[in-house]
Amino acid sequence: MSKGRFGKYGGQYVPEIVMPVLKELEAAYEQYQADPDFLAELRRYYVEYAGRPTLLYYAENLTKYYGGARIYLKREDLLHTGAHKINNALGQVLLAKRMGKKRIIAETGAGQHGVATATVAALFGMECKVFMGAVDIERQKLNVFKMKLLGTEVVPVTTGTATLKDATSEAIRYWAAHIEDTHYIIGSAVGPHPYPTMVRDFRSIIGREIREQIKAEAGGRLDYLVACVGGGSNAIGTFHEFAKDSDVKKIGVEAAGRGPGIGDNAQTLSNPASRPGVLHGAYSYLAQDDDGQVIEVYSISAGLDYPGVGPEHAMFHDQGIVEYVGINDREAQDAFQLLSREEGIIPAVESSHALAYLGKLMPKTQKDEVVVVTLSGRGDKDVQQVARALGEEI
Amino acid sequence: MSRLQKKFDELKTLNKTGLVIYLTAGLPDFEGTIRAFKLAEQAGADIIELGIPFSDPMADGPIIQAASYQAIKNGMTLPKVLGLVKEIRKFSQLPIMGMGYINNMLNYGFEKLAVDAKAAGMDGFIIPDVPHEESEEMRRVCSGQGLHLVEFVTPGTTDERIKETCTTADGFIYCVSVNGVTGVREIDYTPINNVIAHVKKQTDTPCAVGFGIGSPAAAVKAAAKADAVIVGSAVVKLIMEDRFEEAGELISAIRQALDKR
Repeated sequence: MSKGRFGKYGGQYVPEIVMPVLKELEAAYEQYQADPDFLAELRRYYVEYAGRPTLLYYAENLTKYYGGARIYLKREDLLHTGAHKINNALGQVLLAKRMGKKRIIAETGAGQHGVATATVAALFGMECKVFMGAVDIERQKLNVFKMKLLGTEVVPVTTGTATLKDATSEAIRYWAAHIEDTHYIIGSAVGPHPYPTMVRDFRSIIGREIREQIKAEAGGRLDYLVACVGGGSNAIGTFHEFAKDSDVKKIGVEAAGRGPGIGDNAQTLSNPASRPGVLHGAYSYLAQDDDGQVIEVYSISAGLDYPGVGPEHAMFHDQGIVEYVGINDREAQDAFQLLSREEGIIPAVESSHALAYLGKLMPKTQKDEVVVVTLSGRGDKDVQQVARALGEEI
Repeated sequence: MSRLQKKFDELKTLNKTGLVIYLTAGLPDFEGTIRAFKLAEQAGADIIELGIPFSDPMADGPIIQAASYQAIKNGMTLPKVLGLVKEIRKFSQLPIMGMGYINNMLNYGFEKLAVDAKAAGMDGFIIPDVPHEESEEMRRVCSGQGLHLVEFVTPGTTDERIKETCTTADGFIYCVSVNGVTGVREIDYTPINNVIAHVKKQTDTPCAVGFGIGSPAAAVKAAAKADAVIVGSAVVKLIMEDRFEEAGELISAIRQALDKR
């Protein structure tokens, strides 16, 4: 079996054309992840450009509301561009620069990863193309305009279902034809090796900061970590650091959408019907039909509706290191409103899935316990959609 | 000796370049695929690459993507592809290579698939998202059933990888003419010809060039160093547009051009 496995998951299921460039990327990443200059430069951009470390905020009102464990929020929503996506985009663009690549490409669903990539491309003066499903372009006009403003070309993808999975396939196809001068910044901890490892490493700063900050905030006590899971990158960034801490319960929250039917949710790990398969270069759990065709999944959150999930999550699922659960659209909308009202923080609808799980978790907790929820992004982008779901036109 | 090996031996004896035609199973439908198969055989195809439609065909360009999408919508599944092969074996002994993506096959169960494919009359598999590194288990299973598992080289395949691939190469080596995906376009065949020359020093396994070949002239250029050429999108496009006769004419024209070399 090939390198880059998490248990039996992961691997490099890609056309031969892409293999040389994956090997080049693997070698470059191995070199730079241990290179003090590279790490110092990344650190500098994290601090001076993105705004790290992010706050670990004690949500006192929310804690009182539930009347259980102390609730802390890891404020990735305060980062530049409004979400955790910038951590990975900065790491990969610095790597691409050192590899001598001239052009950056990315796929995007809701447009958050597209905007993060367009942002770092603008910062480093690199040409940038973002592949986006035609259906998503129509739904996410604000982010499409932001990307254009940042100097990025948004390429509409009309094949298949014209959504995120098709945009990802199209980005891989473009990459295969332009491997010499192009780096592909994949948006989540998915794809062929070395991406799941590399993306996880660039995001693990979330977990490392939590460990440091919780020492000062709560005397080091930590009982629960909660994060939302689409492809699973903010979650892997949160959980990886604590993989061996068996006294810290880790919960990954997937989108249960509008119900358990096929195509009605985006649950790949918490859905008993889903089973492992290969999509976009990695063996992991996958939403697929009886014939092995990939299903178009659904969630109110465009950032969670990916039919696959990162291979490290698949391993964590099998080994019971992380528990994966589902939260539906309505529960997420309620949590969206609750945090806005109680704490004056409007969360991303993705992060609202993690917050909504508190409704189920808190009654089981004690007052002296500590919960940290990763607030992966801010909710400005979702206000219009939630308003519509609540029957208000704005 | 397998049908595929016999075919390549025969081509060699006759000093002919082989012609591999790709057809998407289920395009336009079950019966239509059989009609297309007969047409390709009559027009001079030596080997048929039978596409197993997948929802996310990463190595394919717009034409084969659209063909796969349509075939799935029309209800084509992997078990039905095997049924199609069984039906074809009633009238044809052309080698048939199943070209598909690994997810459908893993979903079916790869060992079970190898047994069932052999029983149906298939000769092997071409799996574009299984590079050499991931192929060990599948090679073992295929060879246990007397099926071929085709491996790939591209203009960017390093000497070291060519060497590894040549040690395990089986049936034929799929020589991808260009960095990119399937679909007709103007291609400079020099880089892949250099790779083929390198391959030929290390193995007797036949080399078939594919990607981008859509005309008799292109086929002749692509055949310079190769034992066979593979034509896909150009034929699939005509079948998708219900222009069966023209598809047959295109295959005949390519056959004649190759035979005149």
